Amino acid sequence: MQHVDVVVFFFLLGVFARLVKSDLRLPEALYETLSIYLLLAIGLKGGIELSKQPLMALLPQVLACMALGFVIPLLLFPLLRALKLAGADAAALAAHYGSVSVVTFAVATAALQRQGIPYESHAPLWVAVMEAPGLVAGILLARWARNRSSANAGSTRPATAWGELAHDVLFGKSVLLLAGGLLIGAVAGEAGTAPIQAVFIDPFKGVLALFLLELGLVAGSRLAEVRRFGVAVLVVGLAVPPVLALAGAALGWALGLSTGGVAILATLAASASYIAAPTAMRVAVPEANAALSITAALGITFPFNIVIGIPMYIALAQRLVP
Amino acid sequence: MTPLHKHPKTLLVVVAEAVLEKSLIRDAQRLGAQGWTLTEVRGANHEGVREGAWEADRTIELKLICEPKVADAIAEQVLTQYAAHYSVALYFAQVEVLRPERY
Repeated sequence: MQHVDVVVFFFLLGVFARLVKSDLRLPEALYETLSIYLLLAIGLKGGIELSKQPLMALLPQVLACMALGFVIPLLLFPLLRALKLAGADAAALAAHYGSVSVVTFAVATAALQRQGIPYESHAPLWVAVMEAPGLVAGILLARWARNRSSANAGSTRPATAWGELAHDVLFGKSVLLLAGGLLIGAVAGEAGTAPIQAVFIDPFKGVLALFLLELGLVAGSRLAEVRRFGVAVLVVGLAVPPVLALAGAALGWALGLSTGGVAILATLAASASYIAAPTAMRVAVPEANAALSITAALGITFPFNIVIGIPMYIALAQRLVP
Repeated sequence: MTPLHKHPKTLLVVVAEAVLEKSLIRDAQRLGAQGWTLTEVRGANHEGVREGAWEADRTIELKLICEPKVADAIAEQVLTQYAAHYSVALYFAQVEVLRPERY
């Protein structure tokens, strides 16, 4: 049990509470507060590091991360179609994996810190730029699938409202707070943020633990859904993350990242969004089965990544960049 | 005390996935609703439970008091535009208001 990060136990406690039908339920306002805190804190921490380096030097990394997020759905889509998923379902699910999970990222950085493995401290920047590209790719795939299916020829689906969608993703809570935190951290720097470190930096892990307790409750409620969708969703939820992690690790290695950086990029590639993606897909691809995507992303992949995946990805990174 | 003068109106209640909030309000206003009240709710139907546990699981209840014709037009719009792919529940009730020009 030594290699399991303490925050993971909180997640498992949440899942357990759900399975035994406990009345435990975190107030919605607390959930909101915790998620705002985590996004801002992650952004701030990355921003403080950003203030110490030349921004242009990071451009290749940023572009590579965005490309990875965009390519993942394109690679996954044919695989999901081969598993007999409908076009819209495959596209929406692929978008969830193209986008990223901030909490999975936070658990990975916590694990790296605990093991004393250094990583690029500006990594939150990668998270901020990787949220949107996968969603765009998923929407394009869904439109392509829609146009190809002749059965849909008679229906009058309105064109995707790209402007509104861009607004919702770019100014949505997660990107806004992450990017805002990065900017504030970068502008204020180490000295400027010193007065707020007691709130935003030191208690981070405790807050993450509390948030994971809540996510355990939510993920636990999705577990019952797994049976509804059968083996396919289980296969996707468990097999897709390690494969994507390999792609992420390879990219990290090619970019010359540190061991910790490779592990983080592998984790980001393997993670599935369960906040931005479900909302964006509901708006842009309403014909897709939302419960299917959420069950895979939150019910299977998220627990898999934080309990089993992240230690695997760190081990993989240590092999690639000893 | 003089008796209050009451005017009949229709209350249309739409229970829907929270992601539809902006679209529903926009449609309602375009079709003639002058105001709206919105609350977050939890519930279940034959499609499953919506607990509102996190962002993608939220449900809203939108209340619109308006002329019967406007309520019908909004309900029809909701049915044709959203009901096929989204979880939506609708119902009407006859209500009485005191200041009819406000609805």
